[in-house]
Amino acid sequence: MRFASHRDIARAVERGVRKAELPIAYSAGFTPHPKISYAGAAATGVASEAEYLEMAFVTACVPDDVRDRLNAALPDGIDVIDVAERGSEQGLANLEVSQWQLTLPGVTRAAAQAAVDTFLAASRVEVERHTNKGTRRMDARAAVISMDLDRRAASALPGECEMLRMVVRHTSPAVRPDDILAALQGFTNNGAAGLELSAPPLITRLAQGPLEGAAPAASNGADGPAGTADRTDRQPEAAQQEQVTPLGATAAVPTASPR
Amino acid sequence: MESVWSRLEPLLPRVSKPVQYIGGELNSRVKDWESAQVRWALMYPDAYEVGLPNQGLQILYEVLNGQDGVLAERTYCVWPDLEALMREHGIPQFTVDAHRPVGAFDLLGVSFATEMGYTNLLTALDLAGLPLTAADRDDSHPLVLAGGHAAFNPEPIAEFLDGAVLGDGEQAVLAITSLVCEWKDAGRPGGRDGLLLRLATDGGVYVPRFYDVSYLTDGRIGSVRPNRPGVPGAVAKHTLMDLDDWAYPSKPLVPVAETVHERYSVEVFRGCTRGCRFCQAGMITRPVRERSQATITSMVEKGLAASGFSEVGLLSLSSSDHSEIHEIARGLADQYEGTNTGLSLPSTRVDSFNVTLADELTRGGKRSGLTFAPEGGSDRMRKVINKMVTEEDLIASVTTAYSSGWRQVKLYFMCGLPTETDEDVMAIAGLARRVIKTGREVSGRRDIRAVVSIGGFVPKPHTPFQWAAQCDTATVSARLRALGAALRSDPGYGRSIGFRYHDGESATIEGLLSRGDRRVARVIRAAWEDGARFDGWSEHFSFDRWLAAADRALDGEPVDVAWYTSRERGYEEILPWDHLDAGLDRDWLWQDWQDAIAPGGAAEVEDCRWTPCFECGVCPAMGTEIQTSPMGMPGSRRLPVVAVGPAPAVGPASAVGPASAAGPASAIAGEA
Repeated sequence: MRFASHRDIARAVERGVRKAELPIAYSAGFTPHPKISYAGAAATGVASEAEYLEMAFVTACVPDDVRDRLNAALPDGIDVIDVAERGSEQGLANLEVSQWQLTLPGVTRAAAQAAVDTFLAASRVEVERHTNKGTRRMDARAAVISMDLDRRAASALPGECEMLRMVVRHTSPAVRPDDILAALQGFTNNGAAGLELSAPPLITRLAQGPLEGAAPAASNGADGPAGTADRTDRQPEAAQQEQVTPLGATAAVPTASPR
Repeated sequence: MESVWSRLEPLLPRVSKPVQYIGGELNSRVKDWESAQVRWALMYPDAYEVGLPNQGLQILYEVLNGQDGVLAERTYCVWPDLEALMREHGIPQFTVDAHRPVGAFDLLGVSFATEMGYTNLLTALDLAGLPLTAADRDDSHPLVLAGGHAAFNPEPIAEFLDGAVLGDGEQAVLAITSLVCEWKDAGRPGGRDGLLLRLATDGGVYVPRFYDVSYLTDGRIGSVRPNRPGVPGAVAKHTLMDLDDWAYPSKPLVPVAETVHERYSVEVFRGCTRGCRFCQAGMITRPVRERSQATITSMVEKGLAASGFSEVGLLSLSSSDHSEIHEIARGLADQYEGTNTGLSLPSTRVDSFNVTLADELTRGGKRSGLTFAPEGGSDRMRKVINKMVTEEDLIASVTTAYSSGWRQVKLYFMCGLPTETDEDVMAIAGLARRVIKTGREVSGRRDIRAVVSIGGFVPKPHTPFQWAAQCDTATVSARLRALGAALRSDPGYGRSIGFRYHDGESATIEGLLSRGDRRVARVIRAAWEDGARFDGWSEHFSFDRWLAAADRALDGEPVDVAWYTSRERGYEEILPWDHLDAGLDRDWLWQDWQDAIAPGGAAEVEDCRWTPCFECGVCPAMGTEIQTSPMGMPGSRRLPVVAVGPAPAVGPASAVGPASAAGPASAIAGEA
């Protein structure tokens, strides 16, 4: 599922909602759209264990029932972990940071450690990204709150590889995990040990949440977004599967009918 | 059977749209390999985004997987970027369901909607590790079978095929499956050849290697003869009757990737008897067999519930011709009103009635565009092709459309039709101008639009135009250029009229592949070796590559591209597909061809759904009959019906008379 784009996921969710026969609210206008909104979606090619979205219903729904019906209707690889009612809080606006995991095939421990140390010691690390609108320069260092290597997890994987974990602030323009990886690889040009990948990295978003709950990089998503007192953000059961993009908590908000 | 996924996955981040290769569609199935006795790989020879929504493949997938002991998976053509990586890493052509190698299956069934997929077949065979030439394959390789409309003349790819199946596939694939199963149980008597002989004699499969073709010195075919005892002289098409008993697809495949059609499609009837002389589909799918309103309604309910789709397409070759279309449309519109479910009729005739129907289907929704297909620019031209629509009919239709709120009308035409002159094509410009003028008058708005869409005409096998000379590339291209210039330069109208066209070059190659014989296989192979892929995509198609391949491959032969395309054939000539039987009486087709080009103007043939039989020959030859008005609903008929009664001279083809044993589809409400 990590190869699906945000548009692909959004289409699948819309169909899942229809298939589950949930009382979704529609926007008014000539071409009504179901009222579903997404927090900053993971890029195509990136897996995620923690995406968040909000949907509005025309009648009140029981959150657990919404979760079960959606899970029955969605294709394999998209799993709803939890559903909570939004109430009056800000909802998705509290998602300030993401925790990422990068599996780097063919990378030696020494090279990875050197790159991480260099990165963390720097006060500013500029990266470039080429977009349709031209080249953007960003400071990758400022966005990174923590970064370390998970040796135990890496040694459990077949073949030589290292596993990098980091917590990254949601900024605008967004600093993406592949931007940071490009920065780490950039250090090799300065004579440090080479961070050479033998295959494309496997990037997974492990969790999203508010800044204060995210400090220890190994916290593994144990903290839910703030302002949703009744939410328990469980580690998804499907986390062992690599191409899985479970959707995180969903907020069910009763609203008036659009008509 | 080992999945190739673990080797494929690391390559996917490096290709475009990798999501098309992951499978996992809602309602897809992965069955246990070991416990299956017969294993089918089903292929649509184009990109996933085009192939996934294909109805034929989805139906066969469900029919086969519904059987115990039978497994069916799907495979599509990979884009050149992944093809290069698969070759580099030794990854074979795979199915998207369980990512199993296609070479490990018993059968590879390929559905050809168009001849432009032939080079993609070669890519898939080669990636699968199969010898391209069928004769070089051994018992370890799957049988390669072709189906779909292009299989009605499979001769240009005969060399690459083990067999071809003509007509409806539902029962045919089951018959083939049981023959394969019996043959395996019996210890594979006779090996591959023994199985093919069984399929040819008992399975209704055309096996090209059992027929020898000889040629005359001038290049024409001298004879086509079976070379094995028991093999039929002519192979007949398969016809499925009583479509209500075959309500597929019931669990439509819902992809994660974006595809060309994002909707649940239900075929409201199969076949068409309008008799448009250019239309191969209308000739080879006879007779008309309608589904009942009850079946259609229940299919839509179940299909939407199983998929979550928000749009329903009522498919057929001319959906508004269903004898109960009004009841069906109104019923569905009532049922789904207020649910944000879109309903559409993709193929409709030029007819004010159809605008009313479209209004019904879009109640309260957006009315963006409506499509009509006059096909020819002048009344004279439309008579030649038996498209019985006058300019006044068209103007009446667009008047209704623009005045009921439709903003854009799309008009489909063909260029290069038999007897066509420059004036016939330029008449399209005048017609488009009148459409806009009328639209502005009745809607009181200036922002309405018309889009003229036009492509080069390709004469097809099993049609009255199968003998026609295809208009040459240069003439078609010149006429299209002149039309485009006329539309664009028209003061006051130019900006309201859009112009889209397919040039004459791809039509010429499609013509070569459509009416080619076995010698054309060499051209296809040469073009493929030179890099031809995805020839249906203008950005991949290269006319020069095809011409160069044809020059090389046909060197020393008395035939060339022009011989296959722009040469008119005579009555006596043996056509490459004459031993393949679509049920159409050859003399009837010839007479219709003569009627089309009669110096005094073309004669019309009416639709036998509404009028007495015109003796095309299909029903008696195939033992079939027209199945309409499934509910026998009075008042459902919108066209005046000629007084009907048993017509002894034509037998079951008369479509009327006492209820037969054919089930719910037999009786006709016969009021005028």
